[in-house]
Amino acid sequence: MAALILALIVYFFVRLFDEARPAFSQAGVFGFAFSNNWNPSAGHFGALPLVVGTLITSALALIIGVPVAVAAAIYTTELAPRRLRTPLTVLVELLAAVPSVVYGLWGIFFLAPKLRGAEQWVADRLSFVPFIGGGIVTIPNCFVAGLVLAIMILPIVSAISREVMATVPSDHKEAALGLGATRWEMIRIAVLPYCRSGIVGGAMLGLGRAIGETIAVTILVGDTQQMVSHLFGQSNSLAAAIANEFGEATGTHRSALFAAGLVLFVLTLLVNSLARLFVVRAGRATSPPRAEDHTSKGAGMLMAADTAAGA
Amino acid sequence: MTPTGPTEQVSNLDPDTPPDTGRETASEAARPIVSPERREERAGPVTHAGLSVKLEGLKAFYGKAEQVKGIDLEFKANEVTAIIGPSGCGKSTMVRCINRMHEEIPGARAEGRVMLDKIDVYDPSIDVVAVRRAIGMVFQKPNPFPTMSIFDNVAAGLRLTARRGDLREKVERALRGAGLWEEVADRLSEPGAGLSGGQQQRLCIARSLAVEPEVILMDEPCSALDPIATLRIEELIDELKARVTIVIVTHNMQQAARVADRTAFMLDGKLIEVGPTPTIFTTPSDPRTEEYVTGKFG
Amino acid sequence: MSAQGATPELLGRLAVSPSRRRRDRIARGTILGATILALIPLVLIVYYLLKKGLGSWSSDFFTTDPTGNTFFKTSTIGGIKSAILGTIEIVALASAIAIPLGIAVAVWLVEYGRDGRFAQLVRFFVDVLTGVPSIVFGLFIYIVLVVGTGSSYAGYKGSIALALLMLPVVIRSAEVILLLVPAGLRESALALGSPRWRVIARIVLPTALPGMVTGVLLAVARAAGETAPLLFTAGSTHVTSSNLGSFMNSLPVQIYNDVNSPTESVVNRAWGAALTLVALILLLNLLARLISRRSRLA
Repeated sequence: MAALILALIVYFFVRLFDEARPAFSQAGVFGFAFSNNWNPSAGHFGALPLVVGTLITSALALIIGVPVAVAAAIYTTELAPRRLRTPLTVLVELLAAVPSVVYGLWGIFFLAPKLRGAEQWVADRLSFVPFIGGGIVTIPNCFVAGLVLAIMILPIVSAISREVMATVPSDHKEAALGLGATRWEMIRIAVLPYCRSGIVGGAMLGLGRAIGETIAVTILVGDTQQMVSHLFGQSNSLAAAIANEFGEATGTHRSALFAAGLVLFVLTLLVNSLARLFVVRAGRATSPPRAEDHTSKGAGMLMAADTAAGA
Repeated sequence: MTPTGPTEQVSNLDPDTPPDTGRETASEAARPIVSPERREERAGPVTHAGLSVKLEGLKAFYGKAEQVKGIDLEFKANEVTAIIGPSGCGKSTMVRCINRMHEEIPGARAEGRVMLDKIDVYDPSIDVVAVRRAIGMVFQKPNPFPTMSIFDNVAAGLRLTARRGDLREKVERALRGAGLWEEVADRLSEPGAGLSGGQQQRLCIARSLAVEPEVILMDEPCSALDPIATLRIEELIDELKARVTIVIVTHNMQQAARVADRTAFMLDGKLIEVGPTPTIFTTPSDPRTEEYVTGKFG
Repeated sequence: MSAQGATPELLGRLAVSPSRRRRDRIARGTILGATILALIPLVLIVYYLLKKGLGSWSSDFFTTDPTGNTFFKTSTIGGIKSAILGTIEIVALASAIAIPLGIAVAVWLVEYGRDGRFAQLVRFFVDVLTGVPSIVFGLFIYIVLVVGTGSSYAGYKGSIALALLMLPVVIRSAEVILLLVPAGLRESALALGSPRWRVIARIVLPTALPGMVTGVLLAVARAAGETAPLLFTAGSTHVTSSNLGSFMNSLPVQIYNDVNSPTESVVNRAWGAALTLVALILLLNLLARLISRRSRLA
């Protein structure tokens, strides 16, 4: 039975690659990924705008989301009154229960219009800064997509950070307090350094999620074929292009989209594998060296992440 | 400062120590003690002396449960006082009230006064963070910060106040004071967690010493260590009392007999008897004390 | 020179620099601020969903199919009946596939494969599967079942895509729960001479059941909310159909299609559908939490 699953997965990969081959053969793998010319109607399939778009929105999501998530985790485990701990945890995790299409809906009809004024203000004030300033704010735009993605990865990053922080032995915290450290100093010297690899792992899982996110990004990022020119303008992403164009694509266009899917898959694979290394290592560092223990502890943390990953 | 060789075991009895007090075995009589001159060589001249601590009506609670039930006790400056008593009698709790660590436990609180010289550390105008700098603590299980090097561990407390002084010099002085300098001088940047148990505990002592406290509280500091490491630390305690007042909680009566000037016996949250160590062990006034030290219970 | 604990000097020692205090306060304030920031989106989403969605709810809403008219203001647009039913049917089938399969694999991993080479391989691939973007699942099923067989979109194909998505979640959570069943329980049953499969069926599974149900419900909740895998497999349609072999509507796809409409009433319908979907998912989550509380493990 398990062998069946294995076979299935391998088949999956093979088939995907097979379908994508025509597009790759047109310009070579690197040509596909790195040439800046996505123009299906003209038969050109350089996916760079898509790749860049994916990376920018994901980077935005990380920059905005990770600090907030880690701060929330710190508050929940170290600073909040005990009674508030469970409610706070539940509330943050609830963000994961919202399906991505609803995030898209909410983003485009509520958030984007609300933020438009502020975004225009920033673009005008900072018009001398390349990429950020000096453009017109469009309604589906790159920044809002990144912001909503940040909200979507909050639960994962926060859950893992919280799990790791909860395992800091109170010994170390007491040692810091015993030296006459303030609460924040104690967190700074005894908690955070201990949790470093776990938090990094959590952030990377969040990154993986952000890269692969399809529907919310599709709705929020627009559908341009140009490379994104400014932060508050339209953009595109690998997943969004597939969602938008697949329905009517034929021939080379279609295999180009498969190729995009392949690139997406490989990207998320890399990021997620790396992330798991970090998280499991964090689990290992904190539990006694018994095989069952740290596999299940790492697995427990990953499960917490999955629960928080939602849709 | 001339560096001394490794493990100094000078067996000439120091004239300052109390006379032989009816210890049981010969091995205990051969206590390795370092002479005053050697002390100064190792740790530098004494620039800073300890202070007295006086508990007045100290009570400690966990929620509604009263664990320490009204204690009046004085720890004289620059002396080593041992607290002995059966498990659960509240000795650790009481000691943790002195540097206000007790209140870190959710639902725990303390009442009464703890006078550090002439100041009540529980006074609302005093910052608890400062109290812990003046009254240091060494815990039962050695707990150096795992992500920090040896140097950073010792410097951790110093960096908090970011005083400009020379960190290296202070770290070295603290490590010498803890008797660890020779062993680690060439590997200060290695992780603190890579040392042996006894070395780790001395690292923790160095860490506490670095901030130059007036008092050091030790909560069963040797219970996780092997006998040789234990003796090293006891030797250290004897040196350190010239600079700090030391309060040591121990369940090992022989240890109390070896290191402490005075000993206090606690039972069920109350102070039963306190006095010079030899007296407590040979001619205690309270029958319960006598029962405990002769091993009838506990 | 020995420093006497003169009170003013001691007070000086016991002072904490105001900048340290300030830094502590600022840090804690920032952390609290960020936490509140993290909670704001949830509040806003719930508020807006309720505000815009409740307005669309009516009995008609739930009992009529969408008419497919998204453009003309004068004609009616219908409700979301086919979407709701479609979601229920597709997800039910997906669960029927993924749950038994997933639990079986998990049981095999924990009870038979354990840490063997093959088991590690399987675990690795399950991990890989967890990270696959949802749209890629849709693409895969598309290649295999739509193009490959030359047929069209169908509800069951969407189910299979969703099942692939649910599989790793079910396997992982089941595995964690099964690992929590104490080894002693299994051993005592085996020692009584019971064959392995019976130990699993009679003892391990029942103990693990509540935990597994929780994991399963969460996987179902997740699948219910997915759009991308369905776009190119089940497609979308307007009519209610119970034929899983043909095009089938679903809530997420319906919402997705409605989002781009210029007509306000259609957009409002999207809000109503969104509220319905979120309510469904929350219900499943709540159920999962309630059941997990009854679990005897963890």
